[in-house]
Amino acid sequence: MAYPYVSDREVRVLSEHFGDPEARTLEGARKRGRYVALKKALGMGPDEVTEVVKASGLRGRGGAGFPTGLKWSFMPKEPTKPHYLCCNADESEPGTFKDRELLRWDPHLVIEGCLIASHAIRATHCYIYCRGEFFEASSVLARAVEDAYEAGLAGKDILGSGVDIDVTVHVGAGAYICGEETGLMNSLEGGRGQPRVKPPFPAAVGAFGMPTTVNNVETLAAVPGILSNGPDWYRQWGTDKSAGTKLFCVSGHVRKPGNYELPLGFPLMDLIDDVCGGVRDGNALKAVIPGGSSVPILSAEECGACTLCYEGVVAAGSMLGCASVIVMDETTDMVKQVRRMAAFYAHESCGQCTPCREGSAWVTKILKRIEDGRGTEEDLDTLLEVTTQMTGTTICVLSDSVAAPVHSSIQKFRDEYLALIRRGERVGAA
Amino acid sequence: MADNGRHETTVTLSIDGQEVTVPKGTTLLQASQALGGTVPHYCYHPGLTSPAMCRLCLVEVEGAPKLMPSCVTQAQNGQVVHTESEAALSMRRGVLEFYLVNHPLDCPICDQSGECKLQDYVHDEGRRHGRSREPKRVFGRDDFGGDVLFYGDRCVMCTRCVRFMNEVEQDPRLTVVERGSRSIIDTFFEEGLEGTHFSGNIVDICPVGALVSKDFLYKQRAWDLKHTPSVCPGCSQGCNIDLHVRDNLVQRLKPRTNLDVNGHWMCDYGRLGYEWMNRRDRVEAPVVRVDGKHRAMGWKEALRALLDRLAEIGGAAVRTVASAGASMEDLGALEALATHLGGGPGVFRSRVAPDEVPLKGFPRLVRRQDLAPNRKGAELLGLQRTGGDDGQGGLEDVADHDGIILVLGDELGDQEESFGSAAKLFVYLGAHPSRAASGADFVLPVTLFTEQEGTFTNHEGRVQRFWPGVDPPGAARPAWLILGALLAELTQGDTPARAEASFRLLAERHEAFDGLTYDDIGASGAPVKQPAELA
Repeated sequence: MAYPYVSDREVRVLSEHFGDPEARTLEGARKRGRYVALKKALGMGPDEVTEVVKASGLRGRGGAGFPTGLKWSFMPKEPTKPHYLCCNADESEPGTFKDRELLRWDPHLVIEGCLIASHAIRATHCYIYCRGEFFEASSVLARAVEDAYEAGLAGKDILGSGVDIDVTVHVGAGAYICGEETGLMNSLEGGRGQPRVKPPFPAAVGAFGMPTTVNNVETLAAVPGILSNGPDWYRQWGTDKSAGTKLFCVSGHVRKPGNYELPLGFPLMDLIDDVCGGVRDGNALKAVIPGGSSVPILSAEECGACTLCYEGVVAAGSMLGCASVIVMDETTDMVKQVRRMAAFYAHESCGQCTPCREGSAWVTKILKRIEDGRGTEEDLDTLLEVTTQMTGTTICVLSDSVAAPVHSSIQKFRDEYLALIRRGERVGAA
Repeated sequence: MADNGRHETTVTLSIDGQEVTVPKGTTLLQASQALGGTVPHYCYHPGLTSPAMCRLCLVEVEGAPKLMPSCVTQAQNGQVVHTESEAALSMRRGVLEFYLVNHPLDCPICDQSGECKLQDYVHDEGRRHGRSREPKRVFGRDDFGGDVLFYGDRCVMCTRCVRFMNEVEQDPRLTVVERGSRSIIDTFFEEGLEGTHFSGNIVDICPVGALVSKDFLYKQRAWDLKHTPSVCPGCSQGCNIDLHVRDNLVQRLKPRTNLDVNGHWMCDYGRLGYEWMNRRDRVEAPVVRVDGKHRAMGWKEALRALLDRLAEIGGAAVRTVASAGASMEDLGALEALATHLGGGPGVFRSRVAPDEVPLKGFPRLVRRQDLAPNRKGAELLGLQRTGGDDGQGGLEDVADHDGIILVLGDELGDQEESFGSAAKLFVYLGAHPSRAASGADFVLPVTLFTEQEGTFTNHEGRVQRFWPGVDPPGAARPAWLILGALLAELTQGDTPARAEASFRLLAERHEAFDGLTYDDIGASGAPVKQPAELA
């Protein structure tokens, strides 16, 4: 199949039909086994479904890695108010492009996952919050939802089970912060996309004030397979703490960037050298951001022993996040890269919390000045302290996301900053 | 977790080494404040919801993975909280530094200087020197309409103003536009705050100089102002206020918190209606008509003359006209004297607005239709209202009265010069000269409520005290003192030496006030006896 690049080391469970236009249609999807798991799940009690997912070890694929079944079990068991499921399709983390592909190529898998999850948490309505810039993905998805309604797979009395679940595709207006679960709910309600203070947690007071669970697209896409084949089937891949397969979005200086589905626990260097064909032009590897731009940068040395599972990346000094692997070779101007990332977060900060609102813009200005050759050595200490002040002090973790790359880059690539500050030497400026 | 804790209504915790028991649901910030703590905060305001976004009130809670915003973190049994630990102080020092990254530090030309929470907090807990060397963001100044001017550069983005308009006035005219460090408060439409009735409060709750009053702009420095607790005379609601005085002039009015009356708020009508307190055209000495000519004289001489005149007349029908803007003590002394002279409590005139203006988010506070601060008090003393809603007319039978006329505080603006010309004795006790009183036999200068101690009784029968913040002009004296001295002479009794004594005399005569003392009333007021409680 021609889907940009494939590798024989992949385990294509979620990405099985990437690049296959027929899988997008309801007919094609059903031919490929979609909605079989739904029928099975609807025949089970909500708590039974939750138990299966718990047993599978599935963890949230949006970045935080929270156990999915456990999250579902926080929802009230006897609803006194309507429950909602929000499918987080606001994929905006720089370097991440997995949810878009799931929505584009296998929308019915996502819808099926949404319906099963809704059943498990006793939700009457599922909102799929789709990133505003996903024009193709959202129209494919909207079409698929319409088809599902027509076929009685969504709406009232799904497949004659007596279960009612509505599905609404909501297209966002294009703000990174709306991918934060409580910011998403505010945006869904028509308010400013600003994260909420927790507690109360969404399972108690969520969208429209009702108990709500927010799950990532990829998380929900993994659910039908688990329901059909059982938890042990899912656990055949991955590690004890990180079960199953995961889509890795590889971008940057590799020969074959793209989406690769691999069992968790896969060695990082194998991903770069083997699956992605190695660093471009035979250059040396300089650094990798393993989990989207908001996690600490790993230097080339740290990458060596890093395995791609939640606990493995933490052991290496970073986080798996949403498994967006950004590879940088020796020609990368680290100061410029980091400034670029900080500028992104400064632009996307919602502006509620002072450390984030002021800190992200301040850090960006300092980095810009260093990049322009007007930095001082003191600036590095200021940056380290300011980023410390930005960590753990805000409502959501966007502030931490600015701090992590800046802080880690100064710790790990201080010499490069100093060369620029002291001698005006720039990497890649030859 | 002990089961028996479930039904308890209080929790006990430790804050900075001190044990404290507070009602369940109390936040750490409130609990700390109860102990006299001063954890800095911007977005938290006791009259608004807490978005926990300023991140300034972070405190250390043992066992919590990170610092907690004390404004929304509820106190729990057994919690050990440190508001002044190195972790808390260093994080707050960091947050304060962030506030200064873009703040213009234009304190020398900022109205808020001296009462600015950014100044205070940075002085208390901030770094000695800021480290930002970057150019600051510039928004400039914006006229928000009404009395409100916005200096965007000074804003700390606490959104108290937005929340006040949304939650309390419930007329959402303000919002945050843009995001990140480009966030700024703005109005939706061109009219801004024009036509709102309570927007002056956003100037009060703005912790910095971002929202300032146009009326007060560049007028005085905050540290020069003397604050005197008082009661707003703008209507019968009786909002608790502070007079801010300098150069013996009232410079502005600010609400004083009283949750039973006005919360933390006051209306713009009351707030800006203070100019009359600074009128320069005052009666400054007793004036007595001797042989058809007015002559200024000292108090002793004037009162002697008045007593002689009363003795000369012997007895005559008495008519009194009072103002419902006069204090309880003044009205009580007038009523007592009039009664002694054989008259009744008399009449008062007061203005009534066509409609009331409620504060939706704090419904107890309403700009009342009755615009006189002491109408209820006058009525409880038996005074009858006369005249129209414009506070005029209704004095036909007084104007031509041929006995004794006593006028207190009513300027008689609508009356002819011939007012009282048929009277045997016409006494005008007033603060300002009056054309209609030019024929008075005695013009006795009295103080305004800003210049004397006293009480008003508000619309619901709550007696509230005010204190003198301004020195009276010339020989002006409180009416209760003048009238009390006269009555004492006539009855061989004692002249009340202080307002408190005058109030005591009133309480003895009027059942609704029976037993009520200045001590009971205190700074926040006390209710009179309601009709049902009276025998």
